[in-house]
Amino acid sequence: MTAAIDNVGTGRAGADRSAKDRAGTGRALSLRRAAVALAAAAIAYQAVAWGGLFPAVLFPGIPVIATTLWGMIRDGTMEMHAAFTLYRVLVGFVLAILVGLPLGVMMARFRPVENFFLPLVSALMPIPSFSLVPLFMLWFGIGNLTTILIVLYAATFPILFNTWSGVRAVNPLWLRAAGAMGADEKALFWKVIIPGASPLIITGLRQGFLRSWIAVIGAEMIAASQWGLGWVIFDAEQFLNTNIMMASVVVIGVIGFVFERLVFGSIERATVSRWGMVRLERR
Amino acid sequence: MPHIELREVSLEYDTPGGRVSAVENVDLAVEQSEFLCLVGPSGCGKTTLLNLIAGFLTPSRGEIRIGGQAISGLGFDRGVVFQDFAQLFPWRTALGNVAFGLEMKGVGWREREEIALRHLELVGLAKFARAYPHHLSGGMQQRVAIARALAYNPAVLLMDEPFAALDALTRDEMQRLVAEVWRETGKTVIYVTHNVAEAVYLADRVIVMTAHPGRVKREMAIAIKRPRDPLSLEFVDYQKRLLYELGQRTGQEEAEETAEIRRIGTTGRTRG
Repeated sequence: MTAAIDNVGTGRAGADRSAKDRAGTGRALSLRRAAVALAAAAIAYQAVAWGGLFPAVLFPGIPVIATTLWGMIRDGTMEMHAAFTLYRVLVGFVLAILVGLPLGVMMARFRPVENFFLPLVSALMPIPSFSLVPLFMLWFGIGNLTTILIVLYAATFPILFNTWSGVRAVNPLWLRAAGAMGADEKALFWKVIIPGASPLIITGLRQGFLRSWIAVIGAEMIAASQWGLGWVIFDAEQFLNTNIMMASVVVIGVIGFVFERLVFGSIERATVSRWGMVRLERR
Repeated sequence: MPHIELREVSLEYDTPGGRVSAVENVDLAVEQSEFLCLVGPSGCGKTTLLNLIAGFLTPSRGEIRIGGQAISGLGFDRGVVFQDFAQLFPWRTALGNVAFGLEMKGVGWREREEIALRHLELVGLAKFARAYPHHLSGGMQQRVAIARALAYNPAVLLMDEPFAALDALTRDEMQRLVAEVWRETGKTVIYVTHNVAEAVYLADRVIVMTAHPGRVKREMAIAIKRPRDPLSLEFVDYQKRLLYELGQRTGQEEAEETAEIRRIGTTGRTRG
């Protein structure tokens, strides 16, 4: 209410503060909603476990999973699995940025590059990265190289595609205005095109990471040995260690969430949301 | 020597329907520190003419000289303000936007910020230096755009209907501001508008243009003492005269249009 009055008094001056307030309460609210939903899901899961639909050994209850997880964290194995997976996903993801971002920009800027790569992208993009794992395994063996290349494959296309769309969507008026103020090609690129395309570039990075995260777990299941969150699930299955499987699934979910909401979410809030280039999250 | 000089400037471009003449044989001389308004119906080529002077377009024939030098392309000697609020860079603060031209010129950041702040002061927005454009109202955004076009100190300011999308009250306020800024900076200004009152309020001289092809129809010097009172008799008289010049054209255009509609209508019937 005070914010609204403030707004009338100083024109748009109060908008900044009230937007911040709103974002603050909005975040607390969404946190509460998330907690409620998660608690409900946990209760439902526990009910199934108690219900005896599956043998207890195949369907561990939450206390068992929690104990297993805690044990694996205590002895350091879970950290090791997570570290291997993160290493593979981050190296692959960075490589995908190095390939996808410049290529996306070039495709949007130069017609011949677009003509050559667009059909290629359209043909390769729908192929699930997971379908390439057995082939990559034969070529590159079991281990880091194969899993990293699978991540690279999975992440490149969303980054490339969104960058391409983003650069094409840069408002021509910005280029005009910058040109009138004496911007050369280099300045146009770094100071107008890249920030101008940033809403879609960030979307591309986000989608790219999500795909990498899914791809790396799948790839590790068959193309990794000894370490990795995907590998540990596959390995545990042979010994009916469903508690370990579930504990790993929880870690996979938590790390994915941290990246999606905290890392990419804060990048977005610090840039394109702050600049008003994308609408704030729906309340 | 006039500050800006156009000699038989023409611009033609090809469309699927054939060659179109957007601007035809325009001769124009603008004196140092003169405020010139271009008015005319939409499609009369006034914006095209401004874009030619800015260097966004190259004339098919003729020559444009600024300070005695024939121009080729864009230059630091001209600042441009567009109609669209979206001309500001949303990822830069008001200050960052105003400093852009100086940055391109290679001015160091401390000096850049100082000059930019001074220009924001000139348009009354020093308080909003750290605000992003989306937190500013339309009128404020256009003021930032004016500050931005002035900050790197071009001798010429080119404005393309900068206040056409603003409400009437804000527009009046903006016109007073532009008159004030022009008086203080002594820039040579070419200002495109379709608003006759705006032209009479701001201009030393008004150029009336006609459409298809875009040509200069009439020149009118506005000999009213500044600051001008839009309610004074002489002001209203100038407005009437300009409206008359424009209206005559509109009447003729209407007749042409009616003929055109009739023609299309007949062919449509025969085809149907």
